[in-house]
Amino acid sequence: MLAPLRPALVLLTAFTIITGLAYPLAMTGLAGAVFPARAAGSLIARDGRIVGSRLIGQTFTDARYFHGRPSATTAPDPADATKTVPAPYNAAASLGSNLGPTSAALAGRVKGDLDALRTEKPGAPVPVDLVTTSGSGLDPDLSPEAALFQVPRVAKARGLPEDRVRELVTAQIEGRTLGLLGEPRVNVLALNLALDALAGH
Amino acid sequence: MTLDGWIQVALYCAIVLALVKPLGLYMTRVFTGAPTLLSPLLTPVERGLYRLAGIDGRQEQSWLGYGLALLVFNGLGFVGLYAVLRCQDLLPLNPAGQAAVPPDLAFNTAVSFVTNTNWQNYGGETTLSHLSQMLGLTTQNFLSAATGIALALALIRGFARASAATVGSFWVDLTRCTLYVLLPLSVGLTLFFVWQGMPQTLQAAVEATTLEGAHQTIAIGPVASQVAIKMLGTNGGGFFNANAAHPFENPTALANLVQMVAIFALGAALTNVFGRMVGDERQGWAILAAMGVLFLGGVAITYAAEAAGSPVLNALGLLGGNMEGKEVRFGLAASALFAVVTTAASCGAVNAMHDSFTALGGLIPLLNMQLGEIIVGGVGAGLYGMLVFVVVAVFVAGLMVGRTPEYLGKKIEAREVKMAMLAVLCLPAAMLGPTALATVIPAGLAGPANAGPHGFSEILYAFTSAAANNGSAFGGLSGNTPFYNVALGFGMLAGRFLVIIPALALAGALAAKKTVPASAGTFPTDSGLFVGLLVGVILIVGGLTFFPSLALGPVAEHLAGAAGQTFGAGG
Repeated sequence: MLAPLRPALVLLTAFTIITGLAYPLAMTGLAGAVFPARAAGSLIARDGRIVGSRLIGQTFTDARYFHGRPSATTAPDPADATKTVPAPYNAAASLGSNLGPTSAALAGRVKGDLDALRTEKPGAPVPVDLVTTSGSGLDPDLSPEAALFQVPRVAKARGLPEDRVRELVTAQIEGRTLGLLGEPRVNVLALNLALDALAGH
Repeated sequence: MTLDGWIQVALYCAIVLALVKPLGLYMTRVFTGAPTLLSPLLTPVERGLYRLAGIDGRQEQSWLGYGLALLVFNGLGFVGLYAVLRCQDLLPLNPAGQAAVPPDLAFNTAVSFVTNTNWQNYGGETTLSHLSQMLGLTTQNFLSAATGIALALALIRGFARASAATVGSFWVDLTRCTLYVLLPLSVGLTLFFVWQGMPQTLQAAVEATTLEGAHQTIAIGPVASQVAIKMLGTNGGGFFNANAAHPFENPTALANLVQMVAIFALGAALTNVFGRMVGDERQGWAILAAMGVLFLGGVAITYAAEAAGSPVLNALGLLGGNMEGKEVRFGLAASALFAVVTTAASCGAVNAMHDSFTALGGLIPLLNMQLGEIIVGGVGAGLYGMLVFVVVAVFVAGLMVGRTPEYLGKKIEAREVKMAMLAVLCLPAAMLGPTALATVIPAGLAGPANAGPHGFSEILYAFTSAAANNGSAFGGLSGNTPFYNVALGFGMLAGRFLVIIPALALAGALAAKKTVPASAGTFPTDSGLFVGLLVGVILIVGGLTFFPSLALGPVAEHLAGAAGQTFGAGG
């Protein structure tokens, strides 16, 4: 019974040092040297301040901005730490809604969002990603249709011609990777930054 | 479904298939001790480790000695990981100031990583320090994967050898797998992932001021190095709570494709290692073909179900398939494909929330795990699970024609069939038993977040995932409670070690047998007929065992949804 103890202890210790310390630390050093901006989280600065990460969605509620998808992330309730309250785009605690296909809560939420969007733009079909939450609650992207859907509202709030805003969205559309992988998308933060730049911030 | 979606599936399969032979050749050389490209660099390290450990690299073990070494090594690994989690508040590299992990959660997490399950009752960015993630989780990501591959090698040697008393050395298999296979591939993958945008830093969080002036704390850390081995070793435990749906853990569609390839690469290549070591590569291809049939069937069903969307939401006038819980950059096809890959392979990483899949879209991941994850499977675990089914299949074929069954020149006799059936039966026991218990006691019923049949599916999925050592979840279940932490912990142990021990006994029994020459009456096991029989046996055994539970969960939910019925309090 005791014969395997020495090799087990020695190999466990050795591999803990090799794979648990040397490997991640060496990779951190190497990644930081070769791809410093990406290793640090693809952060975006404007006027010397960090406004977010290109990869992480953030909340937009102002009519002057394009809005991202609904987000199901939460934060601890300040009044009662055992409960949580909705906190969209909480990038310190990623979370999906985990509501199933026959959930009455999901159907109710989608219906509410659909009604609001149909009031905003009667007669237009509502893109599915505008009324569904993402897996992470931090989706940085919208489908091109979902971004174009919001053009009239944003143009009106900013006093810009719709064509101008639509051109901006079209310029921000990223196609499928290599023409094959994933789906066409628009990065919401990049789009809103471009919008601010257009208006002279 | 779109043509573009299917092209992505085809491209994925082509890449995996193209890697089978080169990786299979390389791994065969590694595990037979032949020199490889990396030998000049790694042989001195390997020798040094053996000297420190006091072992002779040429000395092999019987199946019992091999099994004992494996158990002692994994036992110590559990103790070490549990200790790190319990003491993380006292240890360095804790920039976010995380508290010690509570005992029940530490038990669950330690079992989870040692058994290659990587079930996430912990919250990643909200629970664990960087030291816990690196020293604790990353280490076990490597070692539990190496353990699985080592075991597959022992079973392969059982088939390949004749009249032999030993099945290899656990220490050598473990060391060579980690040094020559897992570590070099992980280094390459890490750099690729960082290039795609995955962070790799020792910082804990970035504070940002959003365009609307709000404050946003963005959790960050040494993500890429952990994700590389998480995929390659089919571990699946996420750095972040949302796992591979989190944009930092899966930033682009290309990173997503490479992660899926990494999940299947080693498991698929092991079928080629098997073929090479038994002296007939076609035997390996036959097994891979059976896996491929089951895999493509699963992809077709899940993709079709997700593209059709939920009838309840479609009735509100929503078009475009089921995007709840999915990320825009992946879309329907890459999310459905990922779900099938991750559950076929015992990985358990998710790039979309399985809990929000349609009823039938969620049924396939569940069924994949219930069949024992033999479609490519967890690294090593998939192949030994499949070989156990092969023994059952040739036994059934033997019964049909009234001959003693043979496989690769070995007579399959009572002992082998008993061991195979033991391994096949302990999984449903470990999955369905605790599910039944949890649906009648209050501590179990407190778990599900969804009402109706979907709530049952959440419980069933949890225990299935635990015993199958998958680790993906219907995430609505509140699993971080004393009952679920402990019950799922034991489920993971049962699913891992109650399969490993009979599989090793099978290896020992096979190695000791003489080889009989093939005769006119020998059933060829590299033919299409055999592939069909094997797929049939898997589906019939799995179908009969699990159909009732699937009928209560996803099938009932599908029918209710089609009739427009919803459950629970409305929004």
